[in-house]
Amino acid sequence: MVFCGTITMQSNDDEYDVLVIGGGHAGCEAALAAARMGCRTLVAVINVDTIGAMSCNPAIGGLAKGHLVKEIDALGGEMAKNIDATAIQFRRLNTSKGPAVWSSRAQADRLLYRLRMKSVLEGQQNLEIRQTVVDRILLENGRVAGVLTSLAETIRVKAVVIATGTFLNGLIHIGLTNFPAGRMGDPPSTKLAQWLRETGFAMGRMKTGTPARLDGRTIDFAALDTQHGDRPPHYFSFASDQGLAPAQPQLPCHITYTNARTHEIIKENIDRSPMFTGVIEGIGARYCPSIEDKVMRFADKERHQIFLEPEGTNTVEIYPNGVSTSLPLDVQVAMLRSIRGLERVCLVRPGYAIEYDYVDPLELLPSLETKRVGGLFFAGQINGTSGYEEAAAQGLIAGINAVKCLRQEETVVLDRSQAYTGVLIDDLVTLGTREPYRLFTSRAEYRLLLREDNADLRLRDIGYRLGLVEPGAYAAFQEKRTAIEQLLQQLEKTVLKPNAAVNDRLAALAATPMQQPLTLAELLRRPEITLADLGPLAGIDLHYSPAVGHEVQLRIKYQGYIDRQNEQVARFKRLEGADLPAAMEYKGLAGLSNEVVEKLSRVRPRTLGQASRISGVTPAAISALQIHLKKANLL
Amino acid sequence: MSAATHHTATTDPGEDTIAAIATPPGAGGIGIVRISGPLAAAILTRLFRPRHPRKTLASHRLYYGWIADPSSGLPLDEVLAVHMHAPHTYTREDVVEIHCHGSYLVLQKILGLVLAEGARPAQAGEFTKRAFLNGRIDLTRAEAVLELLEARTTAALHLATAQLQGRLFQEVSEIRAALLTVRAILEVAIDFPEDDVEILDATALREKLASEVRVPLAGLLAGADRGKILRQGVAAVILGRPNVGKSSLLNTLLREERALVTPVPGTTRDTIEEYIDIKGMPVRIVDTAGIRETRETVEEMGIKRARAKLAEADLVLLLLDASEPLTAEDRQLYASIREQNPATPLLLVLNKMDIAAGLDITSYASAFGAEKLVCISARSGEGIDTLEDAIFELVTGRSDLQEPAVACAPNLRHQAALGKALTACLQAEEGFLHGLPADLVAVDLQAILDHLADIIGETTTDDILDLIFSQFCIGK
Repeated sequence: MVFCGTITMQSNDDEYDVLVIGGGHAGCEAALAAARMGCRTLVAVINVDTIGAMSCNPAIGGLAKGHLVKEIDALGGEMAKNIDATAIQFRRLNTSKGPAVWSSRAQADRLLYRLRMKSVLEGQQNLEIRQTVVDRILLENGRVAGVLTSLAETIRVKAVVIATGTFLNGLIHIGLTNFPAGRMGDPPSTKLAQWLRETGFAMGRMKTGTPARLDGRTIDFAALDTQHGDRPPHYFSFASDQGLAPAQPQLPCHITYTNARTHEIIKENIDRSPMFTGVIEGIGARYCPSIEDKVMRFADKERHQIFLEPEGTNTVEIYPNGVSTSLPLDVQVAMLRSIRGLERVCLVRPGYAIEYDYVDPLELLPSLETKRVGGLFFAGQINGTSGYEEAAAQGLIAGINAVKCLRQEETVVLDRSQAYTGVLIDDLVTLGTREPYRLFTSRAEYRLLLREDNADLRLRDIGYRLGLVEPGAYAAFQEKRTAIEQLLQQLEKTVLKPNAAVNDRLAALAATPMQQPLTLAELLRRPEITLADLGPLAGIDLHYSPAVGHEVQLRIKYQGYIDRQNEQVARFKRLEGADLPAAMEYKGLAGLSNEVVEKLSRVRPRTLGQASRISGVTPAAISALQIHLKKANLL
Repeated sequence: MSAATHHTATTDPGEDTIAAIATPPGAGGIGIVRISGPLAAAILTRLFRPRHPRKTLASHRLYYGWIADPSSGLPLDEVLAVHMHAPHTYTREDVVEIHCHGSYLVLQKILGLVLAEGARPAQAGEFTKRAFLNGRIDLTRAEAVLELLEARTTAALHLATAQLQGRLFQEVSEIRAALLTVRAILEVAIDFPEDDVEILDATALREKLASEVRVPLAGLLAGADRGKILRQGVAAVILGRPNVGKSSLLNTLLREERALVTPVPGTTRDTIEEYIDIKGMPVRIVDTAGIRETRETVEEMGIKRARAKLAEADLVLLLLDASEPLTAEDRQLYASIREQNPATPLLLVLNKMDIAAGLDITSYASAFGAEKLVCISARSGEGIDTLEDAIFELVTGRSDLQEPAVACAPNLRHQAALGKALTACLQAEEGFLHGLPADLVAVDLQAILDHLADIIGETTTDDILDLIFSQFCIGK
């Protein structure tokens, strides 16, 4: 059967606005966003039962990832709500550091997480789900017009989001055995990968891995340190009532360590590792190494930490975080049994490595639409990223922009001073990536402004305007914003005069006495005084919710730093505000070397700021571009 | 390939061609018209008649011939011309230089012909700007060219040359490298809290910041102060009652007759300033009208200016007449200087030693306390070397400013950025000391990086560029 070039019209049932390929974390957010914005949306998945599946660790959030989840929520995405409803442990990380890098993390009940996400998709208006394998995208005039499935169905669509995760030419390795799979238990997607290659997309191969799943009944938890979650928990969603008890029973994690014997076992069997024998060609992430990697590369480290994470309330499976491996099964068992608490452990599922195709993200515009094919968007691991949260954030933006694209409206691009999501996508489309890309807080230049707690202040308006944030949630947000401003004003305006009573109360707080009248804001700037102290000190009642209090206290206490960071943003905006024409011809521009011309032509930066971040584009080249723009009256 | 059609990949046909007279205004032995850009070679072909007609001019070779007006065919001047092919030129573009006779009129006419052929007049500093934009030099090196042109002394020249060789760039890069290390340690602690990496050692980081960032920054800033002396020199104001020989001293220091010297008191009606080179340090000598109470209105203006000059003096030379006893006027003058400038270094210069008789040095000690005294004769030149040594020591606190002088002296723009970087560094150290969260300290570290990036032009903006390049004189 030949479908090249022409498309046979099918029934109306086979006509959609947006089609999302893949039902993982990127696919779910993309599909929900498109449907919620009013577009007729179809999710095509290889296995409907795996919608919302957590293929690796049963956790959401963590450093910088927690920030992403909050941003997804502020914009009207689903991930935060889904984890709040299904988490079995909440923990805030990094509390010994500044509030900008406090990060939320939660253990999920793996099964419940997936089931809830699937039912949210099923309950979403405009959204349909179909179990099918998309083999190729059909084009008309270089734009998306439809897709062709493995059962020879033709589905007409205006925009497609590909969010296939590790499925493109997926190849699983356990020891020196390997077989094609998208994830353990599911078939890979090979025809679509072939279509991408044929269409000319620059592609590469990456590798990721996951540890074995352990039978909790065979673990001696009593011998191990226990780590409980925070009580009360800090929920992810701005819409979740922070005062409520968790929806699920809460479970602890346990901590154990590898030892000299474990390392010995690994070293003895390294010749059976697909990584170390060159069987795996894909590039893995340096920040997420397998245990054999850690042992071989950091030989002088005596032990490595392992978190034993519960997979849910209705299962005995345990996820040993920190020992991802692709060693043969017998070595996995021997290695794990050398570890304290795991002496008699049984494996439910083996650990494995998976290699998959990804597309060089330099193929993408900042909207996540491909430069090569109009109406085609990529999100998640296909873009070379790793992590559920990175995938979900891209899925959300891709879904939003697929709608914007077919409505011929301006796409949504968040900048680096606005959101971690902006940092993530700007990095991808400006620098590309050769190893699985993970977000870190240090990737963000304006970290102090991109906090978890203010994600709503940064992004709620945008989500509301897109129609993704419900009016009720938006009204609550506006109330919070007003309350923050009012409390700030009150603290700036209320003056406290020194007297014996006030100084006595200050002494009780181990604070120096006041010599002259001070505003409450000035008092709050003292390190030893907190917002909660101010009411009693001044003898007045200050009313505020915990979220408002947190925001106000932070803004006043760290004002000097926030001001400095804002100055840095102002510098950044100077170049960021200078748009480069999409059709800019770099070849032949004075002052640009051939190398710079090649890079600029490939990335096609949207702004001078983005151009300046491309590696190899020199400051002199940026000046030359500036001068050119000025001459052409574009600046 | 003929010179006229020669184009290289790096020369953009769309970019315009600039031209300017590259030699200073005023008559000189030779004058140079410089052209840079894609039309340079074509313009030369149109205007230049080589003595031995040839199809091509070899790159970087001088040819003898005539410049002629192409419309009339009339020869204009006898010249040497050179065509330098891109990219091995000052601007990395095709560059042509026409060396003609140094008459301003001839230069103007040749430039006129060049402009008529399609070049446009270069703006101030534009040749160097192109060198920078075309990636031949970084910002510090571009600035060094300016310094090189403005260098008044050997020491200042050394500095400019060092900077041209990238010395400042290198030092700043080393500081940046240290800073990035500290930053990296901080970032690891922030981004990997659950990995059992070593606990952040704030003391060690603070010490590293102090020794590898703050101290070198302060060193560069100190270099900036000394660099300022070397570049701009110090202002030495000559004061003394009328007719003690102020102008004679100035002329002797200059070794030429410049100020009007007469025995009539008050002849020098205005302040006169000249630069002299003392051991490589430029000293701006300011000769003033004698400061004294007077009703002569013309002179009053001069005196007012003298008082103003005194306010900006780095050094005061109080001139006294050895051939006469100390007068009340001398004492009053000294008192009023010390009233206005109590801390400024001051040298008592006892002039006219050649005609002094029965001089009693001790009377000076009682009148002026411990002020340093030098005996000279401005007319015979006696003691002038001693005076120069004394000036040098008083200003620099050392006897010599040759090697090892300052290896690297930032200019005012660098100084401002270094100052801001230093402030941010102190804030960061403070942050470590008080145990502030790592992400806050990181804000200050980023600020240091930003300011350092400003110096070497990594985050340059139009504003900085315009400011820098407007200081260049045309054609350089």
